Amino acid sequence: MIIDHPLLGPCDAQEFTYKGDACLIDRPEGLGDGAEAAFHDYAYLRDNPAGLHRELWFHEQGDRSWLVVTRNTLTHEIVGVELARDVARSRGRGR
Amino acid sequence: MRLKTGGQIDRSTALRFQFDGRDYCGHPGDTLASALMANGVRLMGRSFKYHRPRGVLSAGSEEPNALVMLRSGGRCEPNSRATVAELFDGLQARSQNAWPGLKFDALAINDRLSNFLTAGFYYKTFMWPAAFWEKLYEPMIRRAAGLGAITTAPDPDAYDKGFLHCDLLVIGAGPAGLMAALTAARAGARVILADEDFRMGGRLNAESYGIDDIAGADWAAQAVAELASLPNIRLMSRTTVIGAFDHGIYGAVERVADHLPTPPEGKPRQILWRIYSKRAILCAGALERPIAFANNDRPGILSAGALRAYANRWAVSPAESVAVFTNNDDGHRTAADLVARGVKLAALIDTRADAPHCPGVELLAGAQVTDTSGRLGLRAITVRLANGQARKLKVGALGVSGGWNPNLALTCHQRARPLWDDAIAAFVPGPDLPSGMAVAGAATGAFSTHAALAGGAGMAMQALADLGMTGTAPDLPRAEDTPTRITPFWHVAGNKRAWLDLQNDVTVKDVKLAHQEGFRAVEHLKRYTTLGMATDQGKTSNMGGLAVMAELTGQSIAQTGTTIFRPPYTPVALGTLAGRFTGREFRPTRLTPSHHWAVEQGAEFVEVGQWLRAQYFPRAGETHWRESVDREVLATRGSVGVCDVTTLGKIDVQGRDGAAFLNRIYCNGFAKLAVGRVRYGVMLREDGIAFDDGTAARLAEDHFVVTTTTANAVPVYRHMEFARQCLWPDMDVQLISTTEAWAQYAIAGPNSRKLLQKIVDAEFDISNDAFPFMACAEITVCKGCPARLFRISFSGELAYELAVPARYGDALIRRIMAEGAEFDITPYGTEALGVMRIEKGHAAGSELNGQTTALNLGLGRMVSTRKDSIGAVLSRREGLNMPDAPHLVGLRPLNPQSRIPAGAHLLEIGAQMVAANDQGYLSSACYSPCLQSYIALGFVKDGQKRLGHKLRALSPLTGEDVEVEIVSPHFIDPQGERLRA
Amino acid sequence: MHDLAPLTPLGAPAPHCDDIGPLRIAETPDRALASVSARLGQEAACKTALGALIGADAPDIARYTGGTPLNSFWIGPHSWMLEAPYAGHSDLAARAKARLGDCASVTDQSDAWARFDLTGEGIARVMERLCNLDLAAMAAGTARRSVVAHIGCHVIGHDSAHATLYGPRSSAQSLHQALIMAAKSVF
Repeated sequence: MIIDHPLLGPCDAQEFTYKGDACLIDRPEGLGDGAEAAFHDYAYLRDNPAGLHRELWFHEQGDRSWLVVTRNTLTHEIVGVELARDVARSRGRGR
Repeated sequence: MRLKTGGQIDRSTALRFQFDGRDYCGHPGDTLASALMANGVRLMGRSFKYHRPRGVLSAGSEEPNALVMLRSGGRCEPNSRATVAELFDGLQARSQNAWPGLKFDALAINDRLSNFLTAGFYYKTFMWPAAFWEKLYEPMIRRAAGLGAITTAPDPDAYDKGFLHCDLLVIGAGPAGLMAALTAARAGARVILADEDFRMGGRLNAESYGIDDIAGADWAAQAVAELASLPNIRLMSRTTVIGAFDHGIYGAVERVADHLPTPPEGKPRQILWRIYSKRAILCAGALERPIAFANNDRPGILSAGALRAYANRWAVSPAESVAVFTNNDDGHRTAADLVARGVKLAALIDTRADAPHCPGVELLAGAQVTDTSGRLGLRAITVRLANGQARKLKVGALGVSGGWNPNLALTCHQRARPLWDDAIAAFVPGPDLPSGMAVAGAATGAFSTHAALAGGAGMAMQALADLGMTGTAPDLPRAEDTPTRITPFWHVAGNKRAWLDLQNDVTVKDVKLAHQEGFRAVEHLKRYTTLGMATDQGKTSNMGGLAVMAELTGQSIAQTGTTIFRPPYTPVALGTLAGRFTGREFRPTRLTPSHHWAVEQGAEFVEVGQWLRAQYFPRAGETHWRESVDREVLATRGSVGVCDVTTLGKIDVQGRDGAAFLNRIYCNGFAKLAVGRVRYGVMLREDGIAFDDGTAARLAEDHFVVTTTTANAVPVYRHMEFARQCLWPDMDVQLISTTEAWAQYAIAGPNSRKLLQKIVDAEFDISNDAFPFMACAEITVCKGCPARLFRISFSGELAYELAVPARYGDALIRRIMAEGAEFDITPYGTEALGVMRIEKGHAAGSELNGQTTALNLGLGRMVSTRKDSIGAVLSRREGLNMPDAPHLVGLRPLNPQSRIPAGAHLLEIGAQMVAANDQGYLSSACYSPCLQSYIALGFVKDGQKRLGHKLRALSPLTGEDVEVEIVSPHFIDPQGERLRA
Repeated sequence: MHDLAPLTPLGAPAPHCDDIGPLRIAETPDRALASVSARLGQEAACKTALGALIGADAPDIARYTGGTPLNSFWIGPHSWMLEAPYAGHSDLAARAKARLGDCASVTDQSDAWARFDLTGEGIARVMERLCNLDLAAMAAGTARRSVVAHIGCHVIGHDSAHATLYGPRSSAQSLHQALIMAAKSVF
């Protein structure tokens, strides 16, 4: 597969390490009430869509960027690639 | 026999070769098949199941029959297709699947038993008794069945892998491919033209018609010459594109030295290329399919197009007298060409009553071949004429044409389905092609040369437009534009066996049986009968099988569908897939800075991931590794030892939020770690399981150095980058690995400080007061060499880790050894390191094994509840905190000299060995020279409360059964007085 | 001055050099390296300061910029490697940190990498057996991190007759072997 890196352009997926669902960005707050239930869902519950899937890839053999890749699991078509850091910020993550 | 004239062979040069031990001669330009044919050899192999005599069917890589063992010794390659094996001087080939010989094969008895050996025979016959399968049936079947035999000798040749990039990949260099390549290359596109043949031109080399006013083969040669003069094209003959993968990536095998007796020194035999293309045009042509009729598998019965190719390109014919059997006009072209080449044509048998006349040829219209004879090769055929009469024709060869199938395998590698086209009675590529791929020429079902040239040019123009490039549509040369005329005809009715799949010995009867027994879906049909399996993947046979099944079910062929085409297009040697990096070079080797010195010391090495680490340093007179290891441990604990610990991962953490960041990465607190101090830390996974452990040293307010275990250096770095970029993107923290930058040595033992005081420059006070346990500092050594010193201890002794820039690592170990001589310093390896950490009760990889929590490791109290750190929440869940949760404990055998096997499970004494009675397991075990006893670390249910309790350590694997006592994991210096000394 | 003698990444006192066909593969140990990463919120300031340090614009994404005597190449978002002759710059990281101050985190990388320089004809032909980067089409002054013979490397294409590889120091021997093998395979 080819991943069109937002900074570097098309890169072979061999340069990347796969992590999983991009929902891993949405880590729950660890000190709040109900943290255990929230972390249970965060750690174990995943959708397994036949179609578009947002997922995390690490450019380990490249610029060390984490990317959010939107990939069609049926065809491997990749319809979007973003820097995970930008996605995290847009989802309200900060410090 | 060789025809007197013509052919693209160099008759002035003779190439000697051997087949089954007999010497023959051929010419440059020959394949093994054409050269054997020139020498009158038709019989080349025996079939898979019935051991029927077989010869050549095709003139290309689709060959199901003429499979041979090529070369000898370690270079022997079974199932090589004689039809594509380029002849070279000294070539050696042997027939396969025949014993004792090709002409008399003992297992030909199977042919007489064919009534029993029908489809599904094995499944039905060898079911009972079940116990017989492994011992009797399977070995027997394996001996009898199969094709060639592999050699067990190592392959002496090298295979490369590589990467190529292009704007346009053209697959196949026939008229369509050449025209596409010319159009795109002239426009300046970066083009790769790949063709599996050693001579580009495709069917142009096999046909008699011309292009413009010259022979097709000459036109092809001119086109190739023009392409070769352009700098922006790479011409790759002898290169098979084996697969179409995601996003324009193609796999290709280039046979760079298969046509040579041996590859030149240092050069590979084959190269597996990964081709990155922006666009691709598949110009793979078409493959002719046979017609099934009784005994249609005899040597001498070929595809009509192959017979024509052998006559035109190689100037050979399998026999003096031949016939052609066809259901379409292309068979007439074969007949005409054979006559023109001076081959005696007995008759042209056409299934169509309205078949057109063919000048100078006896046409038997509306006729069918009903049977053949000739034990080791065709001698005669029986024809049923239109009027029902039988006529026998004495011929040594028969060309059969059931029509042509577009060669669309690569279009389906992304699971596209082909479409049925009634006009040519064949499947054509569907619309759902792999992204970036177009198809041109005969591969689309447009079979004329004009259509190929026009298609190639047109698709190239489209590709150029897609790429944003401007091309010029070429003036197409004049070429034949004959329409395709065919009346589908798949098999001649009859009771005798009529072969569909020559390679797997599948007959029309077998398909009927599959139908009768309910295996009607094409994928079931394939698996039940083996139709289309093995080396040729049914390139010539699938269509016939589908057609017969369609007839039986009453469905159309379109409804019946095809099996899925998968890569590779043709068989690929495992050596090619393995490539260059095999054996010791399978993965890169990482060497420590003291490696060369350790080699001089005669160290034994152990692989730890990619690293080579000194395992122990044997001395003269030591005959067993234990002697060396015991000595290293005792010497270190007695005075001082040194060990290369460079392999531990080191991550430089900087930024204003460095401390806050580490506070979230580690389960224990780091926010308040003072500058100049080191702290032990445990990282958890988010599910609460321990991930890694190590230390973090604070060199400045905004600067830490984190160490990881050797094995987890890469995963920990990845994890920290994930936390930094995805979880807390607005923390000011920067990470970079410095594992490679520093040579780091552990110096351990009561005399370690005295030794270091000789090396560390005098302005740095490393006395116990100034530099206590868990201190760190940036210092200089040896009069000014920058260094880092950490007072940390894995061994439990007074110990330090000293790091210098890696380039000085070799000099430093030599200096340490020289300065340590007065203390009898001892270098120690990973074994002694392991013994000492077990004696001290320190966890390592065997304990941080992906199943254990901080609680299990006896570090439960480290998990801070006052902060949010990765894994903290789920580490507190009930299931991981049950009263009987396992704890890390020490274990000692009641008899100190009883070895305890690591991995043993623990049971109450007297308890039955069943899983329900399991009390825990041993994670690490060793002999402790200090305690003069075997010792172990392990996890025991509620272990900390059971000190003094006795259990059995049992290893069903080794049969060892040892009574052990639960003790503290800290066998040595439990109060930690030594390391604070 | 201290009295510890350095070894090159290939483990000898002096660098190794091979000529294979028209290609020279030379171990080049005489470069100092320091990584420079912008502090949060200081990205622009860091790039400017880095530019001032090398006397040219700091390199953009995937670019290498030669200065005098300092060079730099991009290694990741807001991160660069700084390169200088080792002689006179063995303390490159400290000096860079002094100049860049609080706008950057600087880490000494001089000993983390083994450098090999490929000069002469046929660089792209050799590298295509080892690495998926398209060296033949790479613009002069491109710097990419990639995999060369299963080893993570920085690959810098200076021009068609000169490329630099930085591979992990501990893997220098494996990387060198792979380069030699590929060159012999081509030439």
